[in-house]
Amino acid sequence: MTPHTWRRFLPAGIGILLVVVAALLPLLNLSLPGILPGPTYSPGSLALLSLCMVFAALALSYNLLLGSAGMLSFGHALYFGAGAYGLGIILEMSGVPLWPGVFLALLGGLAIALATGAVAMRVSGIPFAMVTLAFAQAGSLLVRRNAQVTGGEEGLSLNTTHVPDFVVGVVNTRNLYWLCLAVLVIVYLVALWVDRSALGHLARATAENDLRVRVLGLRPYVAKLILFVIAGGMAALAGVAYLLLQSGTVPRAVSADLTITVLVMVVLGGAGFRWGAIVGGVLYTLLDQRLTVLAGSDAIAALPDVLRIPLSEPLFLLGVLFILVVMFLPGGIAGTVDAALRRRRGRRSRTLLTQLDDADLEAEEVRS
Amino acid sequence: MSGIVLVLVTGMGLGALYFLVASGLSLIYGLMHVLNFAHGAFLTLSALIGWEVAQRAGAGTWGGFALSVAVGAVVGAAFAAATELVLIRPLYERHIEQVLVTVGLSFAAVALFEGIWGTDAVTIAGPAWLKGTTSVLGAHIPNVYWLLMVSALVVLAAIVLFLRKTRYGMIIRAGVENRSMVTALGIDVRRSFTIVFAIGGAAAGIGGVLAMHWYTFVSAHMGASLLIFAFIVTVIGGLGSLTGAAIASVLVAVLQQFANTYLGGTGDLIVVVLLAVVLLVRPRGLLGRTA
Repeated sequence: MTPHTWRRFLPAGIGILLVVVAALLPLLNLSLPGILPGPTYSPGSLALLSLCMVFAALALSYNLLLGSAGMLSFGHALYFGAGAYGLGIILEMSGVPLWPGVFLALLGGLAIALATGAVAMRVSGIPFAMVTLAFAQAGSLLVRRNAQVTGGEEGLSLNTTHVPDFVVGVVNTRNLYWLCLAVLVIVYLVALWVDRSALGHLARATAENDLRVRVLGLRPYVAKLILFVIAGGMAALAGVAYLLLQSGTVPRAVSADLTITVLVMVVLGGAGFRWGAIVGGVLYTLLDQRLTVLAGSDAIAALPDVLRIPLSEPLFLLGVLFILVVMFLPGGIAGTVDAALRRRRGRRSRTLLTQLDDADLEAEEVRS
Repeated sequence: MSGIVLVLVTGMGLGALYFLVASGLSLIYGLMHVLNFAHGAFLTLSALIGWEVAQRAGAGTWGGFALSVAVGAVVGAAFAAATELVLIRPLYERHIEQVLVTVGLSFAAVALFEGIWGTDAVTIAGPAWLKGTTSVLGAHIPNVYWLLMVSALVVLAAIVLFLRKTRYGMIIRAGVENRSMVTALGIDVRRSFTIVFAIGGAAAGIGGVLAMHWYTFVSAHMGASLLIFAFIVTVIGGLGSLTGAAIASVLVAVLQQFANTYLGGTGDLIVVVLLAVVLLVRPRGLLGRTA
């Protein structure tokens, strides 16, 4: 084997190894003090890791939009919520069993993504961000207002009548963990397939130079819409896993807050890198969890107000971290690592966000 | 008849509130192409500080009220100018990063406000007149709506005068029209960025204090809910157009009030439908320039 082929198969090898290790975790007795609440086989740790994987899957689906197609959407939570609430409502209202229910919830998520995406893509750039935000807000309002269907502010708890026993209850957290891992792997493979396909290339070309793609006689609108719908479907899948994992869902799952959280995950991990999105999702979820625990600790309570108040607000710390990353580390974790590797091989690098900005500026120059 | 008058006038009052928030957003976008997510945080901070001032200076008196509005405007302007100088300016011409930074700021600021003022809403009692009503054509209009309308008109007039009659106003208008040309003429547009942020922040600050009196309470999340409508208003009115924002504010709010009253509380959804329709028929908004 030449060194060249080695390098080609190295990422795939590492990926498979990581999935195998992750799949074996529930059977092992490892302790990671400070990161996990207990040994890896305990339900508490498995639930936290599962949540990490659900959000990693959601971040991956968002990376398809921002990373591959350069679309800054502020409404991604709508599709996540459509998956979670869709399945929850189907199981509550009808006698449909779990798996057909999941299928219907995914279809619902795809349909909503198609309808809202088709309208929102009438505009691009910043106006697109505002319009997607407005749609997500409408979804959030619908959920909060129709309390008899969605449970309103209280949230919707999972009706387990038609759900197989192996995914219900704390005893079966292990099975839920494997389910979430499977969801993450599926979303990853879809993202990989999209990025490698003609569709992904077209979307990336559009993000770089929309005018040129159109001059070539291609239709960027259709390509971007298909990508948007796929990303929406993947978010719905993550939402389904979220509902099963949490045995319910709360209005936060459709809120603008969640979209912004996902955006923070992707930018933190490194927009444009699939592994970056996963790292961002996992890291953010762990940080959020640990900072919340820290906020309630005695050490913090003993501090004077000036320090105590900021330190006991996890979202404040995460927001500040996000600002610092955007200002000083624009490639995120993955982008910075990638740039370092490229520099070692003597190649130039640009972060994704910089590329998008440059494309934006070029487009402006063409117009004026 | 009186019902329709009531809905119309309260709609215009609500529109005035939307305009106070949207005017700054629209100006900032027009000049700098930055979507300012932190605008809601400016508004909330002004309202919260305004609340503190009103509590100390006597919330029920007109003096205390006027002082809290003035302080709100100053706080909003200062917060906005500081945001521009510290966070936006270093990312010159990096629009996406600039948006992301304002997102992070709104995230962090709301959490910090919750830490300081608590998660529950705090109530405020303004001057007694605000609670009263005035009869117009048989409709009893709560007085707070007159206050909203007058304030928005004053702010609109002030911004228009500033843009038309001062040197900086002229630079800003020219910058919205064609920024590279203004820069090529040797004018430093960066100072006008700070000014635009400060004006927008002051308008949002006034809006924040007035919104607090309209809701009769203030919480850390007040800005976020108003901001969404302000976004919708700026898109419908045409990004960067002050007149468009003014027209769209009134249009959106009146429609919202009508739907809330006569269509069973569907106002918020109708607004989103209106947004979708405007985008399908006229993607650049009512008075927006062709993008």
